[in-house]
Amino acid sequence: MPESTAAKREQLKPPVSNVGIIGWLRTNLFSTWYNSLLTIAMLGILAWLVPPLFRWVFIDSLWNSSAEACRDIDGACWSVIPNNIRFIILGFFPEGQEWRPILAMILLLSLVIYSKERSRWKKSLAWLWLINLIIMGTLMYGGVLGMPVVETSQWSGLPLTFLLSFFGMIVAYPLGILLALGRRSEMPAIKTLCVVYIEMIRGVPLISLLFMSSIMFPLFLPEGVSIDKVLRALIAIILFTAAYIAEVVRGGLQAMPRGQYEAADSLGLPYKHTMRLVILPQALKIVIPPSVGVLLSVFKDTSLVVIIALYDVLKTTMVTLSNPKWAGYSSESYIFLALLYFVFCYAMSSYSRKLEKELHTGH
Amino acid sequence: MNDSQKSVSPEDSAKPIIEIREMHKWYGDFHVLSNINLQVQAQEKIVICGPSGSGKSTLIRCINRLEEHQRGHIIVNGTELCNDIKNIEKVRAEVGMVFQHFNLFPHLTIIENLTLGPIWVRKTPKKEAEEAAMMYLEKVQIAEQAKKFPGQLSGGQQQRVAIARSLCMNPQVMLFDEPTSALDPEMIKEVLDVMIGLAEEGMTMLVVTHEMGFAKSVADRVMFMDDGEIVEQNSPDVFFDNPQHERTKLFLSQIL
Ligand SMILES: Nc1ncnc2c1ncn2[C@@H]1O[C@H](COP(=O)(O)OP(=O)(O)OP(=O)(O)O)[C@@H](O)[C@H]1O
Ligand SMILES: [Mg+2]
Repeated sequence: MPESTAAKREQLKPPVSNVGIIGWLRTNLFSTWYNSLLTIAMLGILAWLVPPLFRWVFIDSLWNSSAEACRDIDGACWSVIPNNIRFIILGFFPEGQEWRPILAMILLLSLVIYSKERSRWKKSLAWLWLINLIIMGTLMYGGVLGMPVVETSQWSGLPLTFLLSFFGMIVAYPLGILLALGRRSEMPAIKTLCVVYIEMIRGVPLISLLFMSSIMFPLFLPEGVSIDKVLRALIAIILFTAAYIAEVVRGGLQAMPRGQYEAADSLGLPYKHTMRLVILPQALKIVIPPSVGVLLSVFKDTSLVVIIALYDVLKTTMVTLSNPKWAGYSSESYIFLALLYFVFCYAMSSYSRKLEKELHTGH
Repeated sequence: MNDSQKSVSPEDSAKPIIEIREMHKWYGDFHVLSNINLQVQAQEKIVICGPSGSGKSTLIRCINRLEEHQRGHIIVNGTELCNDIKNIEKVRAEVGMVFQHFNLFPHLTIIENLTLGPIWVRKTPKKEAEEAAMMYLEKVQIAEQAKKFPGQLSGGQQQRVAIARSLCMNPQVMLFDEPTSALDPEMIKEVLDVMIGLAEEGMTMLVVTHEMGFAKSVADRVMFMDDGEIVEQNSPDVFFDNPQHERTKLFLSQIL
């Protein structure tokens, strides 16, 4: 009896052609005649594109040579990167002080990586950030412990990009949450203020905010008072981002069922605890994907500061290319830059996916 | 409005725990509740029934100010409900509420759901709050689920957790708004059993329900509402066997 069942099972194995590589090919690439046609066409295009690209990138290319040597090759001149990496990454930071911004960036990245684990989100982490912010600021600015002062006008390259984007996001996010709560407030004055602010900022491109912060804003300040240019750009970015975050968060708040408010209310929980412990944790979880969308675009949009003569990592690359020696290798430089941006953006979006999964509690 | 009603007198024990006088409520132009007068003594169990849309939910939601009334007085445990948020929060902390759809906090574990109120409203130390929470979970026979999330529990279990969550605040009164209507039939009993247990311990309860069996066996008073009015209230025997009003008779003939 058991034997015959086993034999029957044997017969019921799936047909070989449905599993394995052949099965996959058949179901995904050759399921219909037009699907097959598309597959073949795509293969053709790839065969036509990939080999020359591969040659350009890997075979005919030079990776670490002089600019002169690059003149004689057909492939990519990656040498433009190692030859100029100091300027692309650190810009005008004074010679001999390179260790300071590098150390600051390493600190920042380690801190970000350390903060990834949710189990570490405690009060002590906030203190850790605060202390490290002071250390990073001191490293960049100097003026103590024998480190010469480096004015913010000399801050450039990747450290500037990090400064504008990371701190832009970190400050803008809570500000955006407050704006979203304000917009849903029952107090008319606060509500109007938040609506006006959000709609005004969203009606204006970031570029014009940056212009305003760098050109118009100083006109309103009294004689002799000046606010640091980097700080002004940072504030413009924060104000801009906060308005977008506010709308994203408001979407999350609106998605919360009324029963959640009522349950919290009926426990006698005051407004601030209701928001902090019940509503925001759920609402913010819902809006992780769109929030990350906003943050990613801020990260990339920080490169707009070139128009107010700040030298972020895009601008330092452009300066490098304005050197006649390296002028012909913009493709290589921009590919490098694109990879650099991609690494950070990809890290952010994959982290957000991880976070979403962790926060899922089966409802 | 002020606290003039809050006079402390020797016959305090006889004072009703909930007192509603000439209360009216409108939604826009729609007169949902009209001239409600109700007194609930400590330990009394009142079942409220009536056709859909008659204002039962609205009435009990007014008692903890989830809805605002526009005229008259509602005094709970000596505190009058007015626009003062401190008064409202005080009343809410003393009044437990159980909803038709449980409304547990899905991002918190069961035990965290239970300790949230005690920790942040009553300022109970966490450890103490957790011990009390476990005791109440045991009482509703669900202690082994303490570390789970609400989404991992059945409807009946969730409703029992919701009851335990309210009990953790040591409320003077419990309000139930159709606690079993969203449940599958086989889960209704487990929730009703918990409620019967509570009643036997002397909890003051206001229950909106269509479970007439529960009303007959537990209620001290059954109240019939129609069109925003309290039409009739009586002890269950009289209410079911000898209803006074035509509207009550019609309603009972439809549901029994
Ligand atoms: N927020 C609101 N705005 C306007 N009208 C409302 C609102 N909430 C309830 N109502 C109306 O008030 C009336 C009473 O509603 P309520 O929920 O109290 O009825 P109910 O007796 O609990 O009915 P059910 O048995 O269906 O729960 C209904 O006619 C309803 O349409
Ligand atoms: Mg109702």
